[in-house]
Formats: sequence, structure tokens, C-alpha cells
Amino acid sequence: MSEQSKVLIEVENLRKYFSIKAGAFRRKYVQAVESVTFSIYKGETLGLVGESGCGKTTLGRTIIRLHEPTSGRIVYDGTPIYDSEKHIAADMLPFRRKMQIIFQDPSASLDPRMTVGEIVGEALDIHGLCTGKQERRDRINELLDVVGLNTEHANRFPHEFSGGQQQRVGIARALAVEPEFIVCDEPISALDVSIQSQVVNMLEDLQADKNLTYLFIAHDISVVRHISNRIGVMYLGQMVELAESYELCSHPLHPYTQTLLSAVPLPDPVKSRANKRILLEGDIPSPVDPPSGCRFHTRCPYATDRCRSEQPQLKEQSPGHFAACHMLDG
Amino acid sequence: MDEKKTLLSVRDLKVSFFTPAGEVKAVNGISYDLGYNEVMGIVGESGSGKSVEAYSIIGLLQSPGRVTGGTIEFEGENVLGYTEEQMRQFRGNKVSMIFQNPMTCLNPVYTIGNQLVEALMCHDKGYTKEQARARAIEMLELVGINNAEKRIDQYPHEFSGGMRQRAMIAMALICEPKLLIADEPTTALDVTIQAQILELMKDLQKKKNTSIIFITHNLGVVAEICDRVSVMYAGHIIEQGPVNDIFYHPAHPYTKGLLASTPRLDVETKERLVPIEGTPIDLLNPPKGCNFGPRCKNCMKICLREKPPFTEIGEGHISACWLHLKKQTGEEARA
Repeated sequence: MSEQSKVLIEVENLRKYFSIKAGAFRRKYVQAVESVTFSIYKGETLGLVGESGCGKTTLGRTIIRLHEPTSGRIVYDGTPIYDSEKHIAADMLPFRRKMQIIFQDPSASLDPRMTVGEIVGEALDIHGLCTGKQERRDRINELLDVVGLNTEHANRFPHEFSGGQQQRVGIARALAVEPEFIVCDEPISALDVSIQSQVVNMLEDLQADKNLTYLFIAHDISVVRHISNRIGVMYLGQMVELAESYELCSHPLHPYTQTLLSAVPLPDPVKSRANKRILLEGDIPSPVDPPSGCRFHTRCPYATDRCRSEQPQLKEQSPGHFAACHMLDG
Repeated sequence: MDEKKTLLSVRDLKVSFFTPAGEVKAVNGISYDLGYNEVMGIVGESGSGKSVEAYSIIGLLQSPGRVTGGTIEFEGENVLGYTEEQMRQFRGNKVSMIFQNPMTCLNPVYTIGNQLVEALMCHDKGYTKEQARARAIEMLELVGINNAEKRIDQYPHEFSGGMRQRAMIAMALICEPKLLIADEPTTALDVTIQAQILELMKDLQKKKNTSIIFITHNLGVVAEICDRVSVMYAGHIIEQGPVNDIFYHPAHPYTKGLLASTPRLDVETKERLVPIEGTPIDLLNPPKGCNFGPRCKNCMKICLREKPPFTEIGEGHISACWLHLKKQTGEEARA
């Protein structure tokens, strides 16, 4: 990719805490995203994987400021849209034309009382992209055509569609404003196996056609590896490893990434039975009281005293391959 | 198959749901045998009838669903002829089931121990209360719950998702059933927890020699745990065979399509996925011919007219597709 070197989005020390009531006068915070730093290059797909509750969805939403960050810095194409130190919080409307999101559950993210045409057209109206009624109608039809729906579908309601078709409507809505960057938040996990690959292929085609940049969030690492140029692995709100996707899957450095990869059942009886698993003890700890030091130390088979006290930093271990683990220092 | 070795025998089972919009034939004539100590996978998309089929074995089919034909024989006895009382003794004792979402299947107002002991006492195995409790603790330890003595008095909400599923498995196996039906037991879990549960089930299967019917849509899980696989599409089994045959020599276009459309971690190069075009059929208006015909790349004229019969591809490997009979019928592909 020629534009690979050009940074589109820069995220620095991004934090998102949600406050919860712990008692009458005590407040506690869910540390959903804790000091995450990374960049997304123009035209690439950055995949985010991790278990449920690791903060990958929150991170995706915070970057486009659907959640207001707690602190940190987000720069979009050279313009800071949020900076807690310089007290910058940009007006998002012009940026919403450039950044869009596709949600996980297509049926919950489409207004059941609006027709598909209205859903897709709403974005056009908000940004004043169409002057006349005819132009608006043409544009809606064009968008539906792009995502593989018929133009007569514009007059139907979301419940009249199957899950895969509803997700196509969600994609058409995101594309309506001709964005540069789309957060795909588990866009295929609610779909049937045979429909998933249709949507994955469509997302790939659209990216090639319109030079889109994706942040692709999913828990299914096989799908993420397939679609992404680079993959970030998250654990309890932190990025523990970030690398080019094939590099990450063939040479995972962080013990968590290694476990995650070995846990995936392979659709190949001989290989999957020969697969030696690294099994993790227990469950993911609560992000309200995250473990001290390295957040993975409670489940890590290699944990030492240093891991319990000192937090490892995300460091470049080989060109383009970042990992946060004390083991890799020595 | 040898008569003695067959634990469960399903013949031409038909299940329909009678909805206001008409009869939905969720399961439309499926047959299979399950041997002792065998793990059979049932793969299919949502709406293919895989869960409905399992529910009818254990008598949990709810109105408006009804078995409309066929037989289910368990150790030679017709399960469909059981009275409600016989069914109660059969269910949980000889056959038990674990479900996709353990939270909705455990009773939130009783402790885990209470529910385990209840399962045991219902089936009158001659345990005293103390013995039953000891047995429950033993089962919790067996499924890998640490500190079982203390955990047994906790409520389901105090357990994590993975532990709840372990408790469900303990409950299902406490009466030592001969058959365990697992309905998407790992779908709601994270991959690392899924790996734990799969290892546990493989381990228990070896120890207890329980036969398992494993229902899932995840081909990876099937490859790992099953001996034989049935692939279902729109209420029919379309292909059935030993796990290696299904994965290395799939015969039916739908099975081939499923395998080609799954992204794989074990392939080095990036290949474009080959999706199955179209959407699953509307079961209210099923097509006259092959149910998969409208989505099939190799669809022929006969496929739209008549349902295909099973053809034997290899030993114990059958597939229902007109392509296998192409020579006999002299049909040409449409495309």
C-alpha cells in the first residue's frame, strides 16, 4: 500500500473510565480503556481483538467520540479533535462526515419506525449533501445498489429484512456521507456463517473502491486476520501487542496473544487434534479493580515478581511489531 | 450398524411448527444412528432445525411445535411413545442436555448445590441428602471448579460465564446419562473460555464414555471434538459422514461452500473468501426441489423439480445431491 506511511488517526494515552456507584459516597470507575497509544494509517485495516469486556468496542467508540474520552489525545488527519491537556474538544459534526461506524447488532441499530430510505437519507439531510428530492432519491438508490440491495427496498422497514440485509443497510448508512474512516464494530458476529463471508467480501471491495480506512473490531481472530493489515490485541483495557497481521499470528510475542491464538479451534480435524493448547486459568479480572503491574499477571503462566509490581510498556520489539511484556526485555 | 452398538436411532423424524402463517417444517425427515461412546456433530445455520431436532429427542419441544412423523429409539425403546412420567425419568437420567446460555438455564434463586442435588434426588438413585451433597461436590471438582466445598453454596450470579457452563455440565452429568446433548455450549463464551470447556468435554467424554450430540455452527469446534458429522440445511440432513471425510473430502455443495467461506488461521496466504450467495430459504414456502438449489452454483434442472436422494460416497459417508447422480440422470448444469 503506497499511502501506508501516512497517518490518518493518532491516538495518544487515551483513557475512558465509566463511573459506577459503589456506595453512598464512594465512586468507583470501570477502567474500560487505559492509556492506549497507536496510529491508524490511511487506507489500512487495523483489527482489534480481545475477549469480551477488554474494551475494544469502547476504544472504537471513543476514537470517534461517541463516548467522550476521560483523558488523552486524538488527532484526525493532522487536526486534534480531542486533547485533554490543551482542552481541545472539536465540534464533531464536520468530522462525522469523515468518520462513521457500523454497529454489531443490525436490528438494534436501525430505527424500526423508519424506512430504509429514510434511514440512509437521514445522513444525507443532516450534512446537507443533496439539494433536490430527485438527487436525494438517486443517491439513496445508488447507495442501496452499492451494498447489494434492490432499489425497491428503500420503502421497506428494517424488520422486513434478514440479518445480513439489515447489516447491509447499516453499511449503506455509514457510506452515505462518503466517509474516509469507518469503525466496524463486530459487523459480522450477529450473522450466519454463510452470510458472514458475503459481508466480509463486500467490506473489502468497498475499501478498494473508495479507499476507506477501517478499524475492524471482532472477537473472531480468524476473521480479523483475514481482513486486517495490522492487528492490535487488547486485554483489560490495554493494548498488549500490535503487529502486521500475519506476523502477529505466526510469531505472537505476548503470552496472552499466544493463548488467544492457540484457543481458536481449527476447521481441520488432524491439525486441531494435534494442537497443543495453552490453557488459561480462571477468568478475566474485573476492570473496576484491575491487577497491579501487568494486568495479565494473574493468568499468565510466566508471571514473575516484576510483573506483579511494574507495568510493562508497549515497546517495538522488531520493526513494526510492538508488545508489552517484561519477558521480552531480557 | 451393529444392533448392539446403536444407542440412539432416529428414523425419518419430522417436526413442524404450526404458526398462524402456516406450517413450518423445521425438521423434515431426518435419520441417523448414534453409537455408544460416539460424538456426533450437527452443523447448520440458524433455522436449519438442528436445535429443534435435539429438543424433540428429550421431549422439550414447545407448542406450537409437534413431532409429525418418524421414530426416535433409545436403546430400542420408542421415546416418542413415552408418557409424561416416563419422559421425566428418561430426561436427565439417561439423556441430559446443556444449553447455549447457562445463565438462563440455572435458577437464579437457588444455590448451585441445591440445583445439583435436586437433579440427583429427582431420579431417586438411593442417595441420602448428605451423600447427594458429597456427590455434587465431587462433580463440581470433576468439572474443574476450584474450592467446590464453598462454591456449592453460592448462587449462579456469583459464578462467571465459564463457571456457569461448568456447573451446567456437572448438573447434566451427575446422573451419569448415556447421552449428552450439547446445544451450542460454547457459542456464548470467549475463545479462551471456549477452549477450557472443549478440553473439559473431551476429557469427561473419555472418562465417562458418554455419547454426545454436539450442536454448533462452528466448524472448528466440530473438527476438534466430533467423530462423525451431520450437516443440516433447512430441515434436512444433506451430508453425513466421519469427521475426516467431511472436512477433507466434502461432497455436498453446501458443505463445500461452508468450508470455503470460513476464514482460516492455519492458511498462510490470504485468499479471498468464497461466500455462498443468497439467503437461507423461507421454511413457510420451501422449494419443490432441493432446498439448497436456489443458492447452489451447480444447480441443474432436476434440482428444482425433485428432492435429491442420498448417495453413498464412502464408508458411512452419504450426501444428498443430484450431482452425484449426474451420469444416471443425464442432466446438465444450468450455469
